[in-house]
Amino acid sequence: MGEKTQVGAGARTGDGARADGGAQAGGGARDDTAEVIIRLTNLHKSFGELSVLQGVDLTVERGQVVSIIGPSGSGKSTVLRCVNGLEKIDRGVVEIEGVVVAAVGTPGAKPAPKEQIRAVLAKTGMVFQSFNLFPHMTALQNVIEAPMTVKKIPKARARELGMEKLRRVGLDDKADAFPSRLSGGQKQRVAIARALAMEPDFMLFDEPTSALDPELVGEVLDVIKSLAREHMSMMIVSHEMGFTREVSDRVIFVDNQKIVADNPPERFFNSPEHPRVAAFLDKMLN
Amino acid sequence: METVNYIIRISPQLLVGVIGTLQVYFGAIFPALVMGVFFAIVKTAGPKPLRWLLNVYTWAWRGVPLLLQLMIMKYGVLPLLGGGGGDFPGAIWVFALNMAAYLTEIMRAAIGAVDRGQYEACRVLGIPYWRMMFRVIIPQSVRIALPPACSEAINLLKDAAVISVISMQDIVRVTNQITTRDKTVIPYLCAFVIYLILTSLLVKVFGLLEKRFTAYDA
Repeated sequence: MGEKTQVGAGARTGDGARADGGAQAGGGARDDTAEVIIRLTNLHKSFGELSVLQGVDLTVERGQVVSIIGPSGSGKSTVLRCVNGLEKIDRGVVEIEGVVVAAVGTPGAKPAPKEQIRAVLAKTGMVFQSFNLFPHMTALQNVIEAPMTVKKIPKARARELGMEKLRRVGLDDKADAFPSRLSGGQKQRVAIARALAMEPDFMLFDEPTSALDPELVGEVLDVIKSLAREHMSMMIVSHEMGFTREVSDRVIFVDNQKIVADNPPERFFNSPEHPRVAAFLDKMLN
Repeated sequence: METVNYIIRISPQLLVGVIGTLQVYFGAIFPALVMGVFFAIVKTAGPKPLRWLLNVYTWAWRGVPLLLQLMIMKYGVLPLLGGGGGDFPGAIWVFALNMAAYLTEIMRAAIGAVDRGQYEACRVLGIPYWRMMFRVIIPQSVRIALPPACSEAINLLKDAAVISVISMQDIVRVTNQITTRDKTVIPYLCAFVIYLILTSLLVKVFGLLEKRFTAYDA
């Protein structure tokens, strides 16, 4: 753990020469003020016969908010799920904070030792479209379960931490409510609090508002926006164009199993270069 | 009035039968519950050879009449073990293993029915596998398993009547003896009512359990 923080601190001050950075031809050291927190290289993934990703390259720097949009079935969610190992990749390299968490069919790249991968994945928060709250636990129990079992934080301390995170999403008054008693928006906010309780270095949001009634979308987006203001690194798959435009540092368009565009939001929305992006935006915005 | 007096007169004997049935039943159901849950977990997540072994076990026990299992225990296994312990523990183990076979399959299906997102949420939070099973997956699957487990528990109570065949005292055997002695069917009717009361109590207990395990869903 201590070693990792050192790597992070070194990279931020610009004097950290990372061992893995050198191995990557032309990959690292382009900008010595920004630390790459996620790096996907030549990602391939298929489900049986169906190819979902074909050669995806993507880096996310610390503090950045990167949104992924695209037609349904284009592989947006799969990109996220490959980052934290929910899907096994078929080919390519996945690096989180300089640790190779997955490497397949790529000469010179080898997955890091298991404990190191586990440590780095523990700093990866994820929020699902369907919340996936534990239905038999209260909101607070949902939030403190992982801090208690994974980080071995004593119950009293965990409860304090849990209440703080629930307050963070505006739900400290629902601490003792079971998920079945919460609205969709409240469930998703508890899920965000649950992820935050592990003090993640970055967050993955997989269509966090797609399962919500329209009037409940705003409260969840507000929480995500507040995270962005605090410079939480995030990757967000979303269909909320206005939100994406407002919150993102970069917008990525995935289509046909590849990244088609990767631009700052103004450029992405105002002058889309790629015809497929233009067509998609036209459909979404009109 | 005469009938009531008669029933009161035979009630000590009936009680012996009820106790015999309940001894076997409760002696079997608790080990069966523990085994069923444990076997289901092993069948879901255990090493391949063990899983195969359990497949053979549930296949054999569910595929052979309980009566035959009892016969084999009484006339085959117990003599082989020197006949120690008499019929009683032997019968209990036959029942326990029989019910556990059914419970294993019920629980295995229930574990499989828990939403995949629950596993993913645990993985993403870094919750270790066994912790996940005991804290998140099993509590949810118990709830799914309760209704089928209830009907299995009722079956076992009625199936316990087969111990009368291997001359152990139970409700059916006792009422049969009284009927033959007194030449009346009243004891049978008593047994009829006793079984209905016992199974109704079981349904009640499982109903309460279900309520407890679904409280969070209200």
